[in-house]
Amino acid sequence: MEMNSKTFEPRIIGFLCNWCSYTGADLAGTSRMKSAPNLRIIRLMCSGRVDPSFILRAFQLGADGILVLGCHPGDCHYQEGNFKALKRILRDFGVDERRLRLEWVSAAEGEKFAKVANEFTEEVRALGPLHLETNVLSQSLGGELETQEVAA
Amino acid sequence: MSKPKLALYWAASCGGCEVTVLDLAEKILDVAGFFDIVFWPCAMDFKYKDVEAMADGTIDLCLFNGAIRNSENESMAHLMRRKAKVLVAFGSCAMDGCIQGLANLTTREEILESSYQQTPSTVNPERTRPLPLVAAPEGDLDIPEFYDSVRTLAQVVPVDYFIPGCPPQSAQVLTVISAIMQGAVLPPVGSVIGAGEKTCCEECGRPRKEKHLKRFYRVWEAETNPEECLLDQGVICMGPATRSGCGALCVKANMPCRGCYGAAPNVIDQGAKMVSAIGSVIDFQDPAEIDSALDQIADPVGTFYRFSVPNSMLQHKQSSA
Repeated sequence: MEMNSKTFEPRIIGFLCNWCSYTGADLAGTSRMKSAPNLRIIRLMCSGRVDPSFILRAFQLGADGILVLGCHPGDCHYQEGNFKALKRILRDFGVDERRLRLEWVSAAEGEKFAKVANEFTEEVRALGPLHLETNVLSQSLGGELETQEVAA
Repeated sequence: MSKPKLALYWAASCGGCEVTVLDLAEKILDVAGFFDIVFWPCAMDFKYKDVEAMADGTIDLCLFNGAIRNSENESMAHLMRRKAKVLVAFGSCAMDGCIQGLANLTTREEILESSYQQTPSTVNPERTRPLPLVAAPEGDLDIPEFYDSVRTLAQVVPVDYFIPGCPPQSAQVLTVISAIMQGAVLPPVGSVIGAGEKTCCEECGRPRKEKHLKRFYRVWEAETNPEECLLDQGVICMGPATRSGCGALCVKANMPCRGCYGAAPNVIDQGAKMVSAIGSVIDFQDPAEIDSALDQIADPVGTFYRFSVPNSMLQHKQSSA
């Protein structure tokens, strides 16, 4: 994988709720808005399903950045306390907390979805690849991580 | 028929696991009668070369406590793995990394700088550091190499079973050893034994309410009611993320669970589980108020991963991430 910031294509995982943000992403697509292909979306029934361990696991398995998109506060069951506490954990482990972002995207906000996906991709691209030094994991997974190239 | 052979070893540990074995009290005589103890540096005079001289697979059961902190720990892990049919990660250090695993939040250089330079009682203008190998007039002197990270036993060699706890409770150890002595069929390799299959909360017995927390207290800040869940009272108690098996000893002494029995069953990361437990009971909507509540939790990693940094998903502080 190319590591310089011009050609580095970050791997970004998005956890999107079915009812708001995923529908918003759909709207962006049907409206033919361009959004960064770096975002791999995992659709959940509710962003409240996002356990902190999912986020750590995604980082461990090679994500450079993670977006959690949910309905606007009041409509959403995601606990912001989770997110904020997890950011503190990342910080203390030396992982730049900007690699994790929480945004509210409603079903009507295709444009916001595209904007968030694009902006976040550029922000993570500027941060560079996340080289997690988890020696043990790389042993147990063999060379698998190196083969997961992002299609440019 | 000759007696089954038992070995006990300590790597990077405090000796508490050894005390647990001694806490078997008079039952230890049964253990010594049933097994032929072939290696136990803490209590009996054996040398490493005695173990090296044994044929591979000679030892029937090895209880290995302590984490892997230096090159001596690592070579002994490989040696005991070769010589033992059944290798048990005994106690929190061998299983999860335990207290010295918190050193993974700093680097080796920071640790050496602190120990050999910054401590107020240190005078070291030549900046002398321990070296693995030094040529002396009497010949080469060597000491183990101090590694950058603390690792668990299973991160170094394959492990058959895990007995959690800091230290493991003697009654649990006795149950395991008695079962082995009675010829019980061993559980599947990789099992956690000598512990429960639920969370510490199940053994606590304090009534729990639906939690709505607006502030957190450190232990010394709160006068807690011994009849109520400590977490309900805003004291960080690791019970919800921690495996049962100790009998909720700390909580019964009105102190919060610190998490020494490791991640609860089916939990892959003890600290992440605790983030989930804490994050969802903070009773604020406003982001600034949530932050001010979280500010009251001193050292979140050191609290949520007190015993499990090396066995967590992030394992140690990342240098450039």
